[in-house]
Amino acid sequence: MIAGISIYEILTVTSILFFIGVYGFITRKNLISILMSVELILNASVINFVIINKYLYPDVLQGVFFSIFIIAVAAAETALAISIIINLYRQISSVEVKDTEIMKY
Amino acid sequence: MDISYTILIPLIPLAVFLLLGIFNQKIKPAISGYIGVAGLTASTALSFYTAYQYFFVHGKVDGVYQTIVQKVTWLKFTETLQIDMGVLIDPISIMMLIVVSIVSLMVHIYSRGYMKGDDGYTRFFSYLSLFSFSMFGLVLATNLFQIYIFWELVGVSSFLLIGYYYTKPSAVSAAKKAFIVTRFADLGFLVGILIMGYYTGSWDFETLNNPEGSAILNWASTSFMGLSVITWALLLMFIGGAGKSAMFPLHIWLPDAMEGPTPVSALIHAATMVVAGVYLVARLFPMFYFVEDGFALNIVAYVGGFSSLFAAIIAITQTDIKRVLAFSTMSQIGYMMMSLGVSGYEGHEGVGYMASMFHLFTHAMFKSLLFLAAGSIIHAVHSNYLKDMGGLRKYMPITNITFLIAALAISGVFPLSGFWSKDEILVAAFEHNTLLYIVGVFVAGLTAFYMFRLYFGIFWGKDTKYDHTPHESPISMTFPLMVLALITAVGGLIHFSEYVSADKAGFEAHLNIPLALIATAVGLTGIALAWVFYKKENNLASKFADSFGVFYKWTYNKFYIDEIYLFVTKNIIFNSIAAPIAWFDKKVVDATMEGIGNKTVVISNKIKGIQSGKVQDYAFSFVAGIVILAIVFIYLWTN
Repeated sequence: MIAGISIYEILTVTSILFFIGVYGFITRKNLISILMSVELILNASVINFVIINKYLYPDVLQGVFFSIFIIAVAAAETALAISIIINLYRQISSVEVKDTEIMKY
Repeated sequence: MDISYTILIPLIPLAVFLLLGIFNQKIKPAISGYIGVAGLTASTALSFYTAYQYFFVHGKVDGVYQTIVQKVTWLKFTETLQIDMGVLIDPISIMMLIVVSIVSLMVHIYSRGYMKGDDGYTRFFSYLSLFSFSMFGLVLATNLFQIYIFWELVGVSSFLLIGYYYTKPSAVSAAKKAFIVTRFADLGFLVGILIMGYYTGSWDFETLNNPEGSAILNWASTSFMGLSVITWALLLMFIGGAGKSAMFPLHIWLPDAMEGPTPVSALIHAATMVVAGVYLVARLFPMFYFVEDGFALNIVAYVGGFSSLFAAIIAITQTDIKRVLAFSTMSQIGYMMMSLGVSGYEGHEGVGYMASMFHLFTHAMFKSLLFLAAGSIIHAVHSNYLKDMGGLRKYMPITNITFLIAALAISGVFPLSGFWSKDEILVAAFEHNTLLYIVGVFVAGLTAFYMFRLYFGIFWGKDTKYDHTPHESPISMTFPLMVLALITAVGGLIHFSEYVSADKAGFEAHLNIPLALIATAVGLTGIALAWVFYKKENNLASKFADSFGVFYKWTYNKFYIDEIYLFVTKNIIFNSIAAPIAWFDKKVVDATMEGIGNKTVVISNKIKGIQSGKVQDYAFSFVAGIVILAIVFIYLWTN
């Protein structure tokens, strides 16, 4: 519970954060940027978990635990994505999305 | 009487077939010949044992030879309609067992000499065994479906053996022709079987053939186009029989089948398989006789009579000795059919039935003898044609004498076996149908004439100069000739009518002296004519042929039946019916389906750009869709 700040304001912030992530995921041309956008989406949802837990069910901790769980999974996923991107870079010397179309149909 | 051991009679050749067929490359030719002969010897011994048990140990019960059946249910359709597999023993199946096993054994022995050095020696023996298996199975069948299965199996073995020299185009086409023509006829057989099963509720010979059974008593219950459906079924089955037995107009495959090795012609196309049609009619004889007062049986009689006359006329003009024998076979089978057709049922009335079976027996012996002798001649001269032969009596004494015995037998000369059986046939025809009797006597004369044309042409006539002196065949070939000649000579003395008769009770057959004298006189006239024409080289025969002019040419070309078939199939069926249907199939049916496929490809090529492969595009569509859905839901909710 943060004094003077209602749940609506925080949810508005996380929604904005989420849609920035979605926008970035759709429009960025660079794989690293896309990965960062995905992280933004994840972070928005993590904040949502914590906030909703804190404001609506203050006597339980599931939301907090779940957010830690998501952070762990996100770290693993990022490591995997980075390794794929590095491999791709070694193959085609580029991390641009438009250069990775060789496996299309 | 326990008859379960008779199942071994077909199974031994089957085992031999599998053995020789599977280890085709591994078995040395010398051994495979012995295996084949040994297998058949075992079957022959068992056949004779069965015959002895049946006729002399078991004998008659209540004055009638029993029909003994052992079977297992194979396929069950309804409570009564089912397909069984088993063995059926009655006088005619015993007689056929004896015929098939003797001829097959002799042909096996003969083939060891005749096929010596041939590349496919083992393959040949395996086919022969397959044929023996199928033929024994056909003979022992307990019901129509079982007989049909083995019927097709003999067809296949016949196909394989006609096409034995598969590198020769003529043999291949002859094999195809035989298979297609008989298969076409078998379609009728199958339809007949199905009709029979549908209307009588049974395929068992025992049930069907019972003169007091429902199948025969209720024949009039359903009719179709003025005839009882049972009559239609019998006629359709007779089409199948006519196809196998080379009756007019389904005979065209038989002369061509002579492309096969000569022992095969002797076994399959003279003695055993081609009489399957006769056997089928005899098997269903009570049905043929009682249903619709023997309407179907009359058809059998006339088809048989016509075929015998037709074939005998053609046989006179042919120059290939095997083809003469082929037409002679067709003529003699026509005789048997005719005899069955004029037969009655009880006691002496059934003389036609008995004569037909008797003639089947004697004919199998002397015709296979003739073919084997012809094989021996071909073996020595390396030609099938009469023009390459002449004066062979000096070189091949055993073949000469055995051939002469067979020729005399088929001409009906006393006291050889052919005389007795032919006499009974003529008695039957004389008592029931004068027209067919006249045909029969005329055919007897023609038979004597063309057989002795052949005999004098081969062994007497001109003194042909041979490139290398012909010599008598080895003992493995002459031994079967001598055995068969012995049977031919004395076979007629068997009191056949006591064992085989339509009502299975047996009767005392008497020689009808006047009829026998007429037949013998006609036969001797035929022989005398042949003597005049062909004993010494002269041009009487060609002058005589010229005096017939067009008729001779027609006969020489077998009345153009083959050409008619070709015309009908090629011009009418292929070009006028099949070609438009093929066009419709290609241009309409196939084209529709292909069009659908092609259009799908075109459209998918156009829209495949949507599938860009960019995850971002997909994500955009996904998010856009969700946004739209969200707007719609919010709108609905707020209202």
